[in-house]
Amino acid sequence: MSLNTAPNLARPDDFYESLIEMHRGLDDAPSQDVNARLILLLANHIGDHEVLIEAMQRARAGVDPAVSAALAEAA
Amino acid sequence: MHSTPAIDYQQQRFMYQPCLEQTRPADAALHPVVVIGAGPVGLVTAIDLARQGIRVVLVDDDDTLSTGSRAICFAKRTLDIFDRIGCGQRMVDKGVGWNRGKVFLREEAIYEFDLLPECGHARPAFINLQQYYVEGYLLEQARQHSLIELRWKSRVSAIAHHADHEALTVETPEGSYLLKARYVVAADGSRSPLRKMMGLESVGHTFRDRFLIADVKMAAPFPAERWFWFDPPFHPNQSVLLHRQPDDVWRIDFQLGWDADPVLERTPERVIPRVQALLGKDAQFTLEWVSVYTFSCVRMDRFRHGRVLFVGDAAHCVSPFGARGANSGIQDAENLAWKLAFVLQGKAPDSLLDSYASEREFAADENLLNSTRSTDFITPKSAVSRCFRDAVLALAREHAFARRLVNSGRLSLPATLHGSPLSSADSAPFHGAMQAGAPCTDAPVLTDTIPGWLLPHLGDQFVAMIFAPPASLSAALLPALVRLTEGGLPLRLLFVSGAQASAEDHTVLSALGDSAVQVQDIEGQVAQRYDGQPHTCYLIRPDQHVCARWRTVDAAALAQALQRATGHEPAAQPATVLDAA
Repeated sequence: MSLNTAPNLARPDDFYESLIEMHRGLDDAPSQDVNARLILLLANHIGDHEVLIEAMQRARAGVDPAVSAALAEAA
Repeated sequence: MHSTPAIDYQQQRFMYQPCLEQTRPADAALHPVVVIGAGPVGLVTAIDLARQGIRVVLVDDDDTLSTGSRAICFAKRTLDIFDRIGCGQRMVDKGVGWNRGKVFLREEAIYEFDLLPECGHARPAFINLQQYYVEGYLLEQARQHSLIELRWKSRVSAIAHHADHEALTVETPEGSYLLKARYVVAADGSRSPLRKMMGLESVGHTFRDRFLIADVKMAAPFPAERWFWFDPPFHPNQSVLLHRQPDDVWRIDFQLGWDADPVLERTPERVIPRVQALLGKDAQFTLEWVSVYTFSCVRMDRFRHGRVLFVGDAAHCVSPFGARGANSGIQDAENLAWKLAFVLQGKAPDSLLDSYASEREFAADENLLNSTRSTDFITPKSAVSRCFRDAVLALAREHAFARRLVNSGRLSLPATLHGSPLSSADSAPFHGAMQAGAPCTDAPVLTDTIPGWLLPHLGDQFVAMIFAPPASLSAALLPALVRLTEGGLPLRLLFVSGAQASAEDHTVLSALGDSAVQVQDIEGQVAQRYDGQPHTCYLIRPDQHVCARWRTVDAAALAQALQRATGHEPAAQPATVLDAA
């Protein structure tokens, strides 16, 4: 299995709104906590280790030049 | 019955005595092995070498055993090793056996584990026993070996390398002398003076955190389990670990944070209120030992440097969460001892010692990985690491998946030596954990109708374990097996059968002589744990690790695997790396 990056969200605009709404009224620190819990819940739902690693690499790509270069080479 | 008065091992002092090098230097010979450091690892090394028939000089810079309880958790594998070298029962009789642990978040138990969920093992997953008892019992065991010479108050201050030996300068109360040995085992601890003398380092992660050990003596209602708290009400925002030791002593380990003052924090004025916070204001207890410590997860790049072999903390250090320090050091000792003996006795080339380094470096990496992961969870190194740790703990109260992520220490298990150059690859499919490189697991057996355990039958020589009654082997095979048992690389035969030995079996056994034994797999657990089908054959090393296995008994294959296991064959066909996860 590999990471599905094709459009897959059932209700994209509703999802995005809910994601922002999830943080409503929170300062940065509690927002970080909520994000961390969300990542852990979703990661457990996905389960597949390779998919999770690929998602981490995609998430990190562009933030660290060395990682994005390695990703480009692998593609 | 009367009991002998208990020995206070912390108060014992050992007399310095001048040695032959000082009194009659002309008669001082080149020693086969000098072991530096009479801690648990040095003592096991010396005893195991003596068991293999090797003369050992064990030098120690001090004249005492461990001060304070220090390493208290001794794992099943270590107990199996203590059994093999003859002092396991004493340790288990004195120690507090335990298998279970609980993890608390604040006041709530969120995770429980059982480290030995199956029956049919002689020993528990762990005992807790103060290091001074372990050292005391090992020392008394060492003194029963005439091949071991102990030299107290003997500090190694210099080393000179020569083509065929090492020359150590030893400082004593009566001046210094030169001590020469073909091999030197450095078991001189995490700050290893010998490592520094040789200009070598141990590198890796350090952690910015401090911990307080308070050993308190009290009558307490807690069970013999490992209890670990994250953020308990009696010590907010930090962790606490509780262990029961013998003599009504309890180990309480408080996380303090990096900013804590290590001198101030060990004063009774600071320690007593922390203990009272856990036990209640009115609790009756006395402080036995207090220590504030920091730690790092480091190792030497290579554990072998010519004729010098580094073992235990001298070679690698881990955080205490997981009990992987002393336990892994004792595994180093037993991995090295038989190899040194074989090399010194001319049964194996010097290159066999390279496999000590490669196997135990691999094991150290596994211990370091587990220890570093636990420490990253207990002592997060960054804001985001702390954020995820706290998120895991928050979710763990409600969600089972998050409990599996809570890491308060993954407790010491022996490494399976994947890819060892001494192992031979499987040529047929097998199930279960007993692959080449694995430490042998125990199981109940009957010997002449007397209940016992498998591991003592493996002993400390090479063993061919054959899942068949001896009378079922072909007449042609027996002389070939006899030749193997009488060869330059001695081999013992252990027959494992479901049924009791028959009269025919006894006839074959007596023809095979002292080197053959038959046991009855009374509960079928040996066959189950080793995937033993009729005529399955295992070759097992003197340190009770599997090095080869087959579905048929083949004397030529056994002979070849024995050659490989003793470093005689170049590792041209490396063993398959099995399931390296």
